[in-house]
Amino acid sequence: MYVAVKGGEAAIDNAHRLLAEVRRGDPAVPELSVAQIRAQMALLVDRVMTEGSLYDPDLAALALKQARGDVVEAVFLVRAFRTTLPRFGASVPVDTGAMAVERRISATFKDLPGGQVLGPTFDYTHRLIDFTLAAEGDIEPAAEAEPRVDAALCPRVTDMLAQDGLIEASPPDEGAPVGDLTREPVDYPADRALRLQALARGDEGFVLGLAYSTQRGYGRTHPFVGEIRVGEVAVEFVPEELGFAVPLGRVQLTECQMVNQFKGSGAAPPQFTRGYGLSFGQSERKAMAMALVDRALRAEELGEPVTSPAQDQEFVLAHCDSLQATGFVEHLKLPHYVDFQAELELVRRLRTEFERKSETVEMQEAAE
Amino acid sequence: MSATHTFPSPRTRGEDRGDLVVDAVSPQGEGEGNCPGETPPSPPPHLRLPPRFADDEVVETLSPQAGRGDAERTAAPQSGYNFAYLDEGTKRMIRRAILKGIAVPGYQVPFASREMPMPYGWGTGGVQVTAAILGRSDVLKVIDQGADDTTNAVSIRRFFAKTSGVATTTRTTEATVIQTRHRIPETPLTEGQTLVYQVPIPEPLRYLEPRETETRQLHALAEYGAMHVKLYEDISRHGHIATTYAYPVEVAGRYVMDPSPTPKFDNPKMDDCPALQLFGAGRERRIYAVPPYTRVRSLDFEDHPFRVQHFDHPCALCGAEGVYLDEMLLDDAGRRMFVCSDTDHCEGRRADGHLGTGDAI
Repeated sequence: MYVAVKGGEAAIDNAHRLLAEVRRGDPAVPELSVAQIRAQMALLVDRVMTEGSLYDPDLAALALKQARGDVVEAVFLVRAFRTTLPRFGASVPVDTGAMAVERRISATFKDLPGGQVLGPTFDYTHRLIDFTLAAEGDIEPAAEAEPRVDAALCPRVTDMLAQDGLIEASPPDEGAPVGDLTREPVDYPADRALRLQALARGDEGFVLGLAYSTQRGYGRTHPFVGEIRVGEVAVEFVPEELGFAVPLGRVQLTECQMVNQFKGSGAAPPQFTRGYGLSFGQSERKAMAMALVDRALRAEELGEPVTSPAQDQEFVLAHCDSLQATGFVEHLKLPHYVDFQAELELVRRLRTEFERKSETVEMQEAAE
Repeated sequence: MSATHTFPSPRTRGEDRGDLVVDAVSPQGEGEGNCPGETPPSPPPHLRLPPRFADDEVVETLSPQAGRGDAERTAAPQSGYNFAYLDEGTKRMIRRAILKGIAVPGYQVPFASREMPMPYGWGTGGVQVTAAILGRSDVLKVIDQGADDTTNAVSIRRFFAKTSGVATTTRTTEATVIQTRHRIPETPLTEGQTLVYQVPIPEPLRYLEPRETETRQLHALAEYGAMHVKLYEDISRHGHIATTYAYPVEVAGRYVMDPSPTPKFDNPKMDDCPALQLFGAGRERRIYAVPPYTRVRSLDFEDHPFRVQHFDHPCALCGAEGVYLDEMLLDDAGRRMFVCSDTDHCEGRRADGHLGTGDAI
């Protein structure tokens, strides 16, 4: 006789033990160290920090190791850790204009103060698998840049455009408190700061897809990359008892300022508008996609018709988080037999009724 | 998106801002979020990476403030975790949402759902509600699909056993708090018990109207016509209402509520129930409640009254009738057996000497 399955507890324990073994893999192969992941899988670490909303490369690297390289799982580990951290205040806004630039490019001006700095980029590589990497070996040391006279001076492209009024002014800093979507439920419509928070944490693939859709006509914004810059900025904090800012450390950021067309309205002259993207580490794809979607989400504010998914903040904000998405999609593998039983009963009943009906029709036809 | 829209977070920006902590009352007027004027944030509630700097502190357990009346104040069994995992500030925020939910039965209260150490969709809402109400003297039961031994029920029960040390049970009658997914126990609940539901989509109107801004307005106006039309369309198409689970109910004559994806078989148990019923939706960030002895009416029509599923066979193991059954497939020839979905109810009956036929169908 069949008896309902017992032993869930032992099964769970054994599954976890098996997971640990599989995670480690062949013991004959040396184990990955967190330092190796941090140093050699740096872009992956950056992505986990960005979507995990926590700047901690060691923790992100450890999460990746524990997650067997699964990005969403690693983000999950980082977020679950982050959620319990105490919040003792907010830093002074970081000044990306004062960034120690490692890479800085503009697609709108051929040359500009501070110059175009390519930095470490895949952009112009040929994507040919480099089989020499399979064998470990030394690499050629990187070239040293000629020190530029204006290297210290690297103003933001958008600031230069703003001087002529060609681009809308950056929203004035009113010192208003910034919402925190991890501490308050989002109330629609959400303001731009909250939207940017959601996009910064949002899944890179999802935000990328939305950004792409705006380029293909679903909420077109006519974008130009005003500037992308990657580098370290100082993080400062004002302890209440001191009353002045003290440096906490430096973080590496990628900032993207999109410059988008705007025909102007009755109230505003024709000028360029802004889309903004910011991510931890070097995450250009994410920062660019975020900037495109940010601009698309400003449709209502700029008096443009809201017709496409990327312009619809309820659609974007409710669905861009990879943890929420993966949780709800993957929960389908949890048992649903109670609900399924209810549906089975219904389908059987509907089928019986259907058969009865067709029999009646047949009998009627036969009688005729 | 007006520039004047402010948010109550104790975060400020601007070089010249004053205090770092802003005592602002939420302009949203509802929802539970960052509580202004709250005590300073407590140290991390659970074990950290080893300290990286000499002055780093790795803090151990925090206050066992949760509890009811006679709660004992013994140390949590798993040192390094706050009692029932969540920090006390978060619990307070959740309790406020629960109290509001009880005050307005069936109304969905937004709350600042936390990222929990289990995935969204696995019951993070229910877990947060349970964590917020659990006291040391509580006895916890966790069921999934009516069963105590399904993997997720085991996982959640262990989570609380580990982080709170409360007694756990599989007996419905012994439990003071029952967290459930998709079922209401067959054994009638009693006063003093709390049933915590895990809710995936708290909005009963969601599949009729995807926009939150719209559905909130519909609730505010008690405009539930669309739902009745949907049920009516079922009748015109099939001759009867074809919603089998997550069957919408009206609570205390006001709000239409999603009872979570319990089969409609369980809906009548919600009506006039002596136990407190709490609903937590973590991903959707909503909490709602049905206080004890509240009218819960399944939506229907005068000429098409609400009806529950009926099974043609009793439970094959314990012979129970009038209970919800699971269908087990026995072989590839399609032989099946129907057994109680509520494992505790089934085991209790068998212990009392009730025996089913054990026959396959």
